[in-house]
Amino acid sequence: MILLTLMAIVVIGIIRFKNLFNVIILGSIYSFLMASILLVLDAVDVALTEASVGAGISTVLMLSALYLTKRNENPPIHNQIWPLLIALITGALLVFGTYGMPDFGIINTPIHNHVGGEYIARSISDTGIQNVVTSVLASYRGFDTLGEVTVIFTAAIGIIAILKKTKKKVK
Amino acid sequence: MLIINQFIASYNYFIIIFLMIAGLYIVVARGNMIKKLIGLSVFQTSVYLLYISPGKIIGGTAPIINDSYTLYSNPLPHVLILTAIVVGIATLALGLSLTIRINEEFHTIEEDEIFNKEDL
Repeated sequence: MILLTLMAIVVIGIIRFKNLFNVIILGSIYSFLMASILLVLDAVDVALTEASVGAGISTVLMLSALYLTKRNENPPIHNQIWPLLIALITGALLVFGTYGMPDFGIINTPIHNHVGGEYIARSISDTGIQNVVTSVLASYRGFDTLGEVTVIFTAAIGIIAILKKTKKKVK
Repeated sequence: MLIINQFIASYNYFIIIFLMIAGLYIVVARGNMIKKLIGLSVFQTSVYLLYISPGKIIGGTAPIINDSYTLYSNPLPHVLILTAIVVGIATLALGLSLTIRINEEFHTIEEDEIFNKEDL
């Protein structure tokens, strides 16, 4: 709960700061807090990935992009009321939606009564892997992971295509 | 007292919603491209929490099978979010490379300045 509150404070900082370097470092702190929360929520694999990818690689990417562009953000010119209004209306609708959601941490919720328990019960006999997350990722939902690899491949091709064109222009 | 208990039981949802609308606000209100991308990733990480937090059972443990434990958290959201994190970094990298390209073409990454230069 304290970690969640800290995250909210960091996000307010991200909104307020105009220096993009500060914002990126705050984003890194935000990702580490997120990783700690995921650890508390028993999602150890996700916490490891978030700490390395969210706080590590994305911060490096952001900083290298910042090195190639500008350091400071201009103050916003157009009206700020409409975005705030849109955000508040969306927030109010979502808060209304939480009345239908189950309380935190109880066992008799729909999410625990379907495939989740089945995976845990069958993982050892089906695949022999003790870590259920690994067995679901690589075995039961292997095609999902294949699709993920395709997405990364496409993104890599896109980045190469975009940045290669610029080199020609510079020459 | 009942209201306070209800508030604590749904506290994770309230913070998730706050992060979500904060990300939405940054994306809509700010003109700077890198700030927009950071807002987008804040929005994305709030969705990670939205998926993971219902999978937790109080008193349960991480879904790694061991004889000393019987109650495990739900592994399915973890798998889905692992995929989402990796896809998120791919889109972020693509967006940043587009930003670099825009900066080379227009010498700015502010939305309104780009619109002004296009009109000329």
